[in-house]
Amino acid sequence: MQALKYARASSVDEAIKLLSDGGPNAKVLAGGTDIIVLARERRRKVELFVDIKHIDEAMQLTFDPGKGLIVGAATPLYKVYNDPNVVKHYTALAQSAHVIGGTAIQGRASLGGNLANSGPAGDSITAQMCLGGVAVIAGPNGRREVPIEDFCTGPGRNVLEANEFIVTLNFPAPVAHSASAWERFIPRNEMDIAVANSGVYLEMDGNTVVKARIALGAVGPKVFVVPVDSLVGKPLTDETIAAAGAAAKATATPIDDMRGSIKQRLHLSDILTQRTIRAAAERARA
Amino acid sequence: MTTTNTTHFVLSANINGEQRDFLADERDSLLEALRERAGIRGPKEGCNNGNCGACSVLIEGTLVNSCLVMAAECQGANITTVEGLASPEGLSPLQQCFLEEAALQCGICTPGFLIASTALLEENPHPTEEEARFWLAGNLCRCTGYDKIIRAVLKAADQKEA
Ligand SMILES: Cc1cc2nc3c(=O)[nH]c(=O)nc-3n(C[C@H](O)[C@H](O)[C@H](O)COP(=O)(O)OP(=O)(O)OC[C@H]3O[C@@H](n4cnc5c(N)ncnc54)[C@H](O)[C@@H]3O)c2cc1C
Repeated sequence: MQALKYARASSVDEAIKLLSDGGPNAKVLAGGTDIIVLARERRRKVELFVDIKHIDEAMQLTFDPGKGLIVGAATPLYKVYNDPNVVKHYTALAQSAHVIGGTAIQGRASLGGNLANSGPAGDSITAQMCLGGVAVIAGPNGRREVPIEDFCTGPGRNVLEANEFIVTLNFPAPVAHSASAWERFIPRNEMDIAVANSGVYLEMDGNTVVKARIALGAVGPKVFVVPVDSLVGKPLTDETIAAAGAAAKATATPIDDMRGSIKQRLHLSDILTQRTIRAAAERARA
Repeated sequence: MTTTNTTHFVLSANINGEQRDFLADERDSLLEALRERAGIRGPKEGCNNGNCGACSVLIEGTLVNSCLVMAAECQGANITTVEGLASPEGLSPLQQCFLEEAALQCGICTPGFLIASTALLEENPHPTEEEARFWLAGNLCRCTGYDKIIRAVLKAADQKEA
C-alpha cells in the first residue's frame, strides 16, 4: 500500500475540514470496498483517508411513512436490505444491495460509495435512480441536494466538487399502489459485475400506470433514465410493456467488453425492463 | 522514539476476547496488521482485493474482508478471527463438522469459510442449502468443490436446537 494517513471525522464539519486541509489526495473512506483496492493497486493516489463512518448522520437509516426514507451515505448495505421498511416500500433498493459483492462486502459497502464511485454498472445506482432519490451533499459552501438522476456525469465522474461529500440519500414517502423492482443479468448467480441492470418504479390506478420511472445500468457510459411515454396514462398490457422495453433498448448505448456484447446488452435492456415492469406492477397491485 | 514522518500508531483492539495493543502503520490493512504486527495468522491473504474471502474476520460480529479494512479503522473494535472460534474445551461445533465432513483439503480457504459460516449460523441458525451457498458466495475454495463445505455447515445447523 502507498504511504497514507488516516483520520476519523466525527461530524460533517470536521470531515469537510479534513478534506479541505488534506488537499486533492484526501479521499472519503466509507466502506472502503472500492477505494482501498484502487489505492493498493495505485490506480488512485491517496495521501489521507477521511473516515466518515463515525458521523451519525451518515450512518443512519430512518423511515417515516409521511416523510420517506433517509439512508446515511456510509450505512452498510446489510443494514439497508435487512430493514423491513426498505424491503416493503423501497424494494428495488433492497434487491440491489443484496447482490453487491458477497456478504463480507455488504458488511462494509455503502450506497454513497456505490454512487460516488459512479461506475456505469453500479448496481444500487439504478435502484436509487428509479426510486427518485436525492443525494444530500455537504461542502465548504454549505449543503445542496442533487437528484440521483443528475449525479453521475460519466464513467467514474460526478457532480461532486472539491471537499464535498454525500451525507445522506433521501427517498420520497411511499405512495399507495406504488412499487419498485430491480434485476440484473450476470453469467453467475453472484459476485460479478452486471452485464446490464434495470430498476423500475410504478404508481398504478387499477391497471393504469399513473407514474413510472425506469433506470438502466451497464448499457451506457453512466446509469440513465429511460423515457416512459409509452407507459404513463396507459393500461398495462403486453403491448405497452413491450413498447417500454423497446424504448429502453432505443435509449441504450452499450459497448462490447469481456462481460457482454453490444447485441446482448441491447437485448437485455429490452428484456430486463419488461421483467422489472411486470414485477413492480404485480407488487403495486397486491 | 523519533517522531519524524512516522505513521506508526498503537492499535488497541479486543481480538478474540483479549485486549491487544500493538504498533501498526496507518497504511496497513487489518489483514496485514493482524498477520504481520500481531502474529495472528489465521486470516489468509488470497486475492487481496475482496474476491476470495480467505481473509474473512468479524468486526463487532459483522462479516468483513480484512484486506478491505484499514487497521486504523479498527481502533477500539472487537475482532474475531478463526483463532477465536475454539474454546479450551475443544473445537466449536462448526469446526468439528468441518473435520467430520472432510470440508477441507489444502486448508487455505478454511479460516475464511469457518468465520463466514459462523456469521451465517449466528444470523440464520437454520439456513436452507440455497441460503448457505448464497451467503458463502464470497468465499472461494479450489479443492473441495464446495459440496463438503455446505454439508458441514448444514450439519452444524442441524445440531443446533430448533
Ligand atoms: C469483490 C467485490 C465485489 C463487488 N461487487 C459489486 C457489485 O456486484 N455491484 C456493484 O455495484 N459494485 C460492486 N463492487 C464495488 C463496491 O463494493 C461498491 O461500489 C460499493 O458500494 C462501494 O461502497 P464503499 O462504501 O465500499 O465505497 P468506498 O470504497 O469507501 O468509496 C468509493 C468511492 O467513493 C468515494 N466516496 C465514498 N463515500 C462517499 C461519500 N459519502 N461522499 C463522497 N464520496 C464518497 C470514495 O472516496 C471513493 O472514491 C464490488 C467490490 C468488490 C471488492
